[in-house]
Amino acid sequence: MSNSREWPLFEVFIRARGGLDHKHVGSVHAADARMAMEHARDLYTRRQEGVSIWVVRSSDIIASDPADADAFFEPARDKVYRHPTFYAIPDEVKTL
Amino acid sequence: MSAGSHGDAHFRYVLRLADTNLVLAQRLGALIGNAPALEEDLGLGNVALDLLGQARMLLTHAGALEGRGRDEDALAFLREERDFLNATLVEQPNGDFAQTIVRQFLFDAWQLATWSRLESSTDPQLAAIAAKGVKEARYHLRFSSGWVVRLGDGTAESHARAQAALDALWPHTAELFDADEIDRAMQAAGVGVDLAAVCVDWDRQVDGTLAEATLARPADHPWRWYGKRGQHGEHLGRLLAEMQYMQRTYPGANW
Repeated sequence: MSNSREWPLFEVFIRARGGLDHKHVGSVHAADARMAMEHARDLYTRRQEGVSIWVVRSSDIIASDPADADAFFEPARDKVYRHPTFYAIPDEVKTL
Repeated sequence: MSAGSHGDAHFRYVLRLADTNLVLAQRLGALIGNAPALEEDLGLGNVALDLLGQARMLLTHAGALEGRGRDEDALAFLREERDFLNATLVEQPNGDFAQTIVRQFLFDAWQLATWSRLESSTDPQLAAIAAKGVKEARYHLRFSSGWVVRLGDGTAESHARAQAALDALWPHTAELFDADEIDRAMQAAGVGVDLAAVCVDWDRQVDGTLAEATLARPADHPWRWYGKRGQHGEHLGRLLAEMQYMQRTYPGANW
């Protein structure tokens, strides 16, 4: 088990069916990209969860800083007019 | 199909395939919780389950060919060591991780070449099992060959261990391609594979991977093992004792 701590972490994204987007499902430790793909397959598609896998080094993901949450996300809270719920949809439009 | 010498050869041919899968599945199953990383635990466990699933179909088919009413459980749990017809390669101990991986690689290369040919067997049951198995074997080989390269072309320590495993296991590979009367009869009947052709595929795969892994192919060994005739080394008995313990202690136990 100690070896796994030396292996870098990869994030795993699975496409459940054709036409759907890849969703983050978890992460694996692996020594290289090929091993990461195999570990992802072995851990996350054992029960037919997917038809496509992406793996990406966790260190290559640029994440927002939780300390920035106020500046990033608070300002959107009182701008409900950005939601499209205020538009009256004409009866003629069937598929919106 | 169960009567006569041809029927017996057919039974034994399928039983050899079944036992080889079953014994390796048991070996790999012993690694659950003991692999070097959690991810490898699951990876090897998946391989073990694939092999066990194939073994169950093969054992059931063998039992039907034999025609004496033995089902998969009777064949798996109530036969003696000498009645097991697995290749001796797969009964070799797990050893270190290099030995587990090299054993798996040598086996996977053989199994993929075997299944891909058995897809066109005149035995429709065997052909169907092969068609399912070939997809699983292709992944197993991808997994094990990747590891062989990683270990062989890794650190000095991993290289030395991989080479030692290869040298130790190599004498057990000759049996896989050494056709005897059963192999020849089954090939003639269109049931079985041409072992010489399987060997060509195996050589190509093994030589390619070993070159990438910077490992040296060992010289061929004059001594031949014949696990497929029931002649086993010291290890199989202990493996069977563990595998068969429950059924022998509590006959007919179920859950």
